[in-house]
Amino acid sequence: MVNKIVESLQAALAGVQDGATVLIGGFGGAGIARELIDALIAQGARDLTVVNNNAGNGDTGLAALLKTGRVRKIICSYPRQADSHVFEALYRAGKLELELVPQGNLAERMRAAGAGIGAFYTPTAYGTDLAKGKETRLINGRHYVLEYPIFGDVALIKAEKGDRWGNLTYRKAARNFGPIMASAAKLAIAQVYDIAQLGELDPENIVTPGIFVQRVVRVARDGVVAKEAA
Amino acid sequence: MSISKRSRDDIAKRVAQDMYEGAYVNLGIGLPTLVANHLPPGREILLHSENGILGMGPKPPKGEEDWDLINAGKEPVTLLPGGAFFHHADSFGMMRGGHLDICVLGAFQVSVTGDLANWHTGAPDAIPAVGGAMDLAVGAKSVWIMMEHQTKSGESKIVDKCSYPLTGVGVVSRIYTDLAVIDITPQGLHAHDLVPGLSFDELQRLTGVPLTEGRAQG
Repeated sequence: MVNKIVESLQAALAGVQDGATVLIGGFGGAGIARELIDALIAQGARDLTVVNNNAGNGDTGLAALLKTGRVRKIICSYPRQADSHVFEALYRAGKLELELVPQGNLAERMRAAGAGIGAFYTPTAYGTDLAKGKETRLINGRHYVLEYPIFGDVALIKAEKGDRWGNLTYRKAARNFGPIMASAAKLAIAQVYDIAQLGELDPENIVTPGIFVQRVVRVARDGVVAKEAA
Repeated sequence: MSISKRSRDDIAKRVAQDMYEGAYVNLGIGLPTLVANHLPPGREILLHSENGILGMGPKPPKGEEDWDLINAGKEPVTLLPGGAFFHHADSFGMMRGGHLDICVLGAFQVSVTGDLANWHTGAPDAIPAVGGAMDLAVGAKSVWIMMEHQTKSGESKIVDKCSYPLTGVGVVSRIYTDLAVIDITPQGLHAHDLVPGLSFDELQRLTGVPLTEGRAQG
């Protein structure tokens, strides 16, 4: 019997290696897998490369992970936010490498990784500092920049419901990077509020099919989705 | 007669006038978000948010915020009937794929050839952050800019060549400022809708590059 449901956050994070690239879903606070991030901190893997749209704010969630000093590099589009002081201090001290990527390139590079695309040409960032040193090509009269996939060793996804085959549904704009990151990582771990019986999720509405998901763990619904979880 | 500059809301109102029925529109964070408050009633305009929303509605009443439903500026919003959610690759495909009709962005500088600088001052101690600006700049069919005509120190923000790092090359088609509306065309810049009390000659004096009076043809 296929059963991707694991009984604890500890079991969900088991085996994450030092040096791993960890894709963390979320846009601001929406879709941040806060419990999985806390479990990664507890698990203790270090020398990590983290991919997220932002770079954390406040002192919880991603910011707390950065604060442990176990993140070597962050790949993101928008690190500068209100109260992103943990990132800023590490970055200014030279303790955290930043790869700044336009948000659409960030998404598409992970989509490419999950879809088996070797590289792709995109018009985004052509002629800007963020395309410096990259291959370019003129195609049908338009300039494009060559971009390579971002593969994850691990993805930490927040979904709404999941079943034992790993099928996932999301809630509103908390979906954001979840489906793409799940497909781009070797070990996609989803935290969900509800475990559905097999067949209970409407097959027309499954957003991430279970083939992209390796582990599902249930977390308690703590009322309002916390704003400070960014 | 003294010049009555457009306030931020007045610029937003002026931009909103040009939004047409059925347009798919992305409003950038900051000044452009004000446009949402002035959309002409009776016109159906579909707002896109980069984090995976089409048919975005106004902000919710106090106490009804849903933090799974936020805009690009990470503020709570609502969804209109008919609205949809989708993941980030689809959201940016809507931009890059040329499906979005209009995006409205702020700017530090715009050049005569439509180059846009709006993401980074280039200051050595500044932390760079780009978000979706570069994707929007190349993706939307029309890129409109909302900005003050001049910097605080009185320099024209419309320039021959941007001195700040570029967001996109040759992408801007129209600029709405506190003084006028300026169309960027291969034949040069066309200024119209000057604020009351401002002569074309005075606008030209305040602008760093040559202007032609009147709307662009065609």
